[in-house]
Amino acid sequence: MSASASAPGGRPVRHFEMPASLAGKLRVWRFTIARRAVQFGVLLAFFGTLHWGWTALAQPLLAGNLSAAKLAGALPLADPFAVLQMLVGRHALATEVLLGAVLTLGAYALLGGRVFCAWVCPMNVVTDAAFWLRGRLGPGAGADLVRLASQTRYVILALALALSAVSGLLAFEAFSPIAMLHRELLYGVGLGLTGALGVFLLDALVLRHGWCGHLCPLGAFWAIVGRTAQVRVAFDDASCTRCGDCVKLCPEPRVLHFGHAAATGMIASGECTNCGRCIAICPESSLRFDLRARIRGAARRGPENESTPGGPT
Amino acid sequence: MDRRQFIAGAAQGTAAAACGGLAWYALLEQQASAAVPLRPPGARAEREFAATCIKCGLCVQACPYDTLKLVKAAGPGAVGTPTFTPRDVPCYMCEGIPCARVCPTGALDPQFPDIAKARMGLAVIDPESCLSWQGLRCEVCYRVCPVRGKAITIANHPRQISRHAMFVPVVHSEACTGCGICEKKCPTEVAAIRIVDPKLVQGRIGAHYRLGWKHEQAPAAEPAAPGAPEDAPVAPAPKKVPPAAGGLDYLNRGGTP
Repeated sequence: MSASASAPGGRPVRHFEMPASLAGKLRVWRFTIARRAVQFGVLLAFFGTLHWGWTALAQPLLAGNLSAAKLAGALPLADPFAVLQMLVGRHALATEVLLGAVLTLGAYALLGGRVFCAWVCPMNVVTDAAFWLRGRLGPGAGADLVRLASQTRYVILALALALSAVSGLLAFEAFSPIAMLHRELLYGVGLGLTGALGVFLLDALVLRHGWCGHLCPLGAFWAIVGRTAQVRVAFDDASCTRCGDCVKLCPEPRVLHFGHAAATGMIASGECTNCGRCIAICPESSLRFDLRARIRGAARRGPENESTPGGPT
Repeated sequence: MDRRQFIAGAAQGTAAAACGGLAWYALLEQQASAAVPLRPPGARAEREFAATCIKCGLCVQACPYDTLKLVKAAGPGAVGTPTFTPRDVPCYMCEGIPCARVCPTGALDPQFPDIAKARMGLAVIDPESCLSWQGLRCEVCYRVCPVRGKAITIANHPRQISRHAMFVPVVHSEACTGCGICEKKCPTEVAAIRIVDPKLVQGRIGAHYRLGWKHEQAPAAEPAAPGAPEDAPVAPAPKKVPPAAGGLDYLNRGGTP
């Protein structure tokens, strides 16, 4: 069937096939493996510092948690969304947390705001597991129980900030299932896993990508930050056959809009988490990680130059 | 979609967001108004503390005695904020206040000057279970108190003839830091001295009461500070008691030897 369909360029559409060899599989899984390594590495650094006294430069390696931390006793880090909730509540804050929030914000603004979601957030493991289970359950389980606009998260983000401003409390931090899960893993404060279980059930059985893709205000915050992200998935329109395999796998399918991608040469949306799934499974290798500035530069030079290597001399 | 449909849809969406927002607000206020747990030294006033504590646990990691714990899901207080249970591990009042020093947000004042000025809570005695109030010579709380002779003193409490007087501990709120070492060391099965939120137990006289006898003794002094009923740490008045009233009562002046 795929042979009968053809790409805009007239070439036959090939679909992704999982390689039989282990090396081939590992190549497909490379970004997932890297993401798990980073996720668990961050968690382990926090855990080791807390429970086993890990140090760096004779200082605690990574003290605190994802809300606020100190790296090697010197570099403050902080969750800018939590700090924003404090600021709209008009609370005077110590400079350390402000500096930490600015540093963290700057780093993610370069790497891609939602890089946090795919590479650091502990809830990502839960939602990825739910998505995997959903696939295993087969197409029958694929129907969503409820329908919800993916922009709902921006409404929740706005509500969180409005409620923080009105009450002077931390509206999202008070109930964040992400922070609860993370604290549960580090300290065992109880009930942290119930929030994660709720998210798992929501994602697996109620609504596809329900938490990360529809509800999470922290993800919405990082999506806004990610609008200026420098690391982006570059898109090569010439080799793409529009097979659509990437869209099926993408946790944020709306970001893989071929029209926009062809026009800008990249997945420009801040909602892209830079998870790399699409890159790993693209049968034509039309997707790759690159820097926004380089992608822009290539687009300015024009596709003609690319098709005539060497060019006029 | 015509204009009528659009307006209806927008109104529905707004209503849904408002419903969710109101429920969220109610839960948020409920959590904030729940019972207040004991806080580390140098903490801001509770509501301000709850709103500026980022729940990072750095204070918990900095505490050398493992006193501080994060509030568990069952509370009291917002989950993930720091607290301590004196009967398990009290605050040993480190001079450097390492927990407050590391606070990144200032929910605990990193520049808090003096651990003796900390007010984590207030020790309160239950006379019905306090051994001293039964007539025994216990006084453990007095002896273990790190604010020695100031936060807890021993008072003479005479009883009827043929029964010896009781020597009972008295807590002074102007000096008690709420560290909880007394609660930890109290020998009764369930501690007879406990650290509680001062708001739960402290009254206030009110400015309109004139305690005439106090003014007679120290006319220049202002009215007793609120929350410090029997002290008035005014002009030291070194020899309050007339020297003639000496005799055996010397035991009950200036604490136990």
